[in-house]
Amino acid sequence: MCVGVPMRVVSIEDGNAVAEIDGVKREASLMLLADEVQVGDFIIVHAGFAISRLDEEDARETIAMMREAFAPEDMA
Amino acid sequence: MNYLDQFQDRNVVRGLADRIAQLTAGRAAPMTFMEVCGTHTMAISRYGIRSILPSQVRLISGPGCPVCVTPNSYIDRAVAMCRIPGIIITTFGDMMRVPGSSSSLMEQRAKGADIRTVYSPLDAMALAAKNRDRQVVFLGVGFETTAPAIAGSILTAARQGLDNYFVLASHKVMPKPMEILAADPELKIDGYICPAHVSAIIGGNAYRPLVENQHVPCVVTGFEPTDIMQGVEMLVRQVLEGVSRVEIQYSRVVSWDGNKKAQEIIAQVFTPCDAQWRGMGTIPGTGLEINDAYAAFDAQKAIPVEVEELQEHAGCLCGEILKGKIAPSDCPLFGTTCTPEAPVGACMVSSEGSCAAAYKYMN
Ligand code: SF4
Repeated sequence: MCVGVPMRVVSIEDGNAVAEIDGVKREASLMLLADEVQVGDFIIVHAGFAISRLDEEDARETIAMMREAFAPEDMA
Repeated sequence: MNYLDQFQDRNVVRGLADRIAQLTAGRAAPMTFMEVCGTHTMAISRYGIRSILPSQVRLISGPGCPVCVTPNSYIDRAVAMCRIPGIIITTFGDMMRVPGSSSSLMEQRAKGADIRTVYSPLDAMALAAKNRDRQVVFLGVGFETTAPAIAGSILTAARQGLDNYFVLASHKVMPKPMEILAADPELKIDGYICPAHVSAIIGGNAYRPLVENQHVPCVVTGFEPTDIMQGVEMLVRQVLEGVSRVEIQYSRVVSWDGNKKAQEIIAQVFTPCDAQWRGMGTIPGTGLEINDAYAAFDAQKAIPVEVEELQEHAGCLCGEILKGKIAPSDCPLFGTTCTPEAPVGACMVSSEGSCAAAYKYMN
């Protein structure tokens, strides 16, 4: 339950982002991020909230690892 | 063959393993490093990290699985609540099968209780908005990573005037139990692999008191095999130099100050309290309870129930596992009476539990 997943922001509305990983889309509240998040940014999503922003290259590496390490149900 | 052989960065990982082996060659006593994060527990087992480290480096798991450290009395209260007609219990999936004193939420659901697994407390809140005639209770367990999400849901519910959304809060906070375990002479912890996403919230500076009081090296470490190996190497170097300081290996996500906004939101809704940890008893100041301003959302206050008498599971050594005193295979029930299909204790239920991780990757 504590697995935080890096996802890419595809749209933002009213402080909520829609973020995507492997074609799976999820809503993520941006309430916990003080700095501006923009479409295209990578965020770490935990329990429906973005908890941290990370740069694209780092995110891609992390996503590759998460894909290999955890079953889809862990990442949900 | 361990899983690492299939991993793209295996050469980097092997290189790090060789370096750690060189650094520690000839040492008589092993160095013991503890991780206190369920995702680390899973990753270490998954990649067979222990098998590629030299015998001079020992990795042990501590109280890092939020579901596992939640005491039976909490499950019992949730079980009592789900029997109230009209109530909807919402929870992260991991909690469903954790055995309480006499029952689990899974069992109660089979008997007709309305219990739903959700991905986010916001889903629970949305359910409350859709069912205004029902009381919707979210089971709020977790560490600092989850606490701001729960606090955020309460703030949102307050703003929307949702008076049928409640949280049964049992949040716990991290550095303090690490300090207690570091002081335990039986464990002899030489360093901490500090949790990754907990640290994204609290920041690297949060471990300074632990380092100053216990002189134990701390490295905030990410979840990839390369991260973990690099974190271990940083710990080894500190031990060899005879120093103890906080270092951040996982700097792509974790800063020294952490996520200030999330810290503010936690402080707005929660106040520190004493917390009961499975295996470690009550530790002052390591829990978070909903403060007076948001008491209307506190399920424990708003929905009183009678809770059954506490019973522990005979033979389960989860408490010792969570303190890092024994490994899962040291428990006589491991893999025989206790399996993921028929778990005796919480550590076998949660995917982040030490026993579940050890069982899954046993071969
Ligand atoms: S193997 Fe089962 S019974 Fe033994 S400590 Fe782990 S969860 Fe408890």
